[in-house]
Amino acid sequence: MNVASKPALGQATLDDRRLAKVSARDVDVFYGAKQALKSVSIDIRPNEVTALIGPSGCGKSTFLRCLNRMNDLIESCRVVGSIWLDGEDIYTSGLDPVQLRARVGMVFQKPNPFPKTIYDNVAYGPRIHGLSRSRAELDEIVMTSLEKAGLIDEVKDRLQEQGTGLSGGQQQRLCIARAIAVSPEVILMDEPCSALDPIATAKVEELIDELRQRYTIVIVTHSMQQAARVSQRTGFFHLGELVECGETEQIFTNPRHKLTQGYITGRFG
Amino acid sequence: MGDHTMRAYDAELERLAQTITRMGGLAESQLDQAIGALVGRDSDLAARVVAGDRQIDDLEHEVQNLTVRLLALRQPMAIDLRAIVAALRISSDLERIGDYAANVAKRALVLNRIPVVEPVGAIPRMGRVVAEIIREVLDAYVESDADKALAAWRRDEEVDEMHTSLFRELITYMMEDPRNITACTHLMFIAKNIERIGDHATNVAETIHFLVRGTPIEGDRPKADGIAPPPEAEEEIP
Repeated sequence: MNVASKPALGQATLDDRRLAKVSARDVDVFYGAKQALKSVSIDIRPNEVTALIGPSGCGKSTFLRCLNRMNDLIESCRVVGSIWLDGEDIYTSGLDPVQLRARVGMVFQKPNPFPKTIYDNVAYGPRIHGLSRSRAELDEIVMTSLEKAGLIDEVKDRLQEQGTGLSGGQQQRLCIARAIAVSPEVILMDEPCSALDPIATAKVEELIDELRQRYTIVIVTHSMQQAARVSQRTGFFHLGELVECGETEQIFTNPRHKLTQGYITGRFG
Repeated sequence: MGDHTMRAYDAELERLAQTITRMGGLAESQLDQAIGALVGRDSDLAARVVAGDRQIDDLEHEVQNLTVRLLALRQPMAIDLRAIVAALRISSDLERIGDYAANVAKRALVLNRIPVVEPVGAIPRMGRVVAEIIREVLDAYVESDADKALAAWRRDEEVDEMHTSLFRELITYMMEDPRNITACTHLMFIAKNIERIGDHATNVAETIHFLVRGTPIEGDRPKADGIAPPPEAEEEIP
């Protein structure tokens, strides 16, 4: 079942996987009979931004969704291999995916605020996870989350307005505020800026850089410039395999694999 | 180097490489002719070399414009980025080579008005070696051949040795007869100019290595300092 595949070029894994925040080994993913990921092994280091790049259909989003078991929601999807969060297997039967997703938050391609007020969007997670004992405490969580997401100045006087009434860039930062309101340890971002204009993109990128102090971030992006700007490490996926992984600077100035070179320089054959 | 999805990108990179090659060819021929003007006491040729430097300067501007354009429009990565950065660096080395060649020609104009001194013979030998190095380096650029660049890089030592021995010879001549001092001083500067051209060709070789392999050449630059040369002087005609 395990397709023997070559390990990725560069340093995808650490010698001791327990030192990684998130550690994946020999991860295969199948959608029905179709294999979407082939023996992916990578260690995501704490407080770093790791960018996953590659052409459409290469498996980078599939891999991202493995990290908080979002693939569980897809009927035909089967995940093989081991994925650890802080040294614990996240695919053990006793683990509650909802609790896992509080620790591993996610921001999607299209901003998807709930059709609720700005305040309730951010308060939603803390409420269902019972993270606050009083209204004052919840207020505090909402305000600090909005602040960390760099949105507070723009929305502090309109917290009771609908979240969907914000601009695209603001909505995306609202979604980031919503993700960080439950104090996650890891934030997964799936093309978080592809629906945003350059200024909103710059704001989100600036935010990603700040969030790195507190969180570990994995970002899937089609923009090579974005990967180069925001990440410390970059992994390149192709046809379901992790081809090369290394320091972002090395990947973008002197990649080792021909496929990586071809992809990032825009000459994919 | 080709194969970009955007074909205009390929065309622009190609044009950049061609401009560098043209610049290199011109720089090499400027050096050849400057030495020819010196040896043949040909003032017309020397004057043409002095005037010809302008062409190299123009090409350097063209390289600058092309690189800025490519950086702004294409967001180059990896080998493309290195090719563009390398072109910028190589063009400035070639421009300096052109300047030194023109300076040799200017000094030839002065020397042609005074009696011949003997060590002139060693200058063309040194010039030939440097011209060969430039040719090898340009071949390495055209063929993206890091090993060829490395081989040319190592030859700079020969030039340094020739420069050192010429320096000694010229001092002897000046001590023998002070009337030789004017001519010998010019020859000394000419030798120094040619030696500097060799250094710039070595820089180009280093850049080509970086362009092809993505890493600098390992190890120290070959140096053969028999005696300490005089401190770097302003190399304008006094």
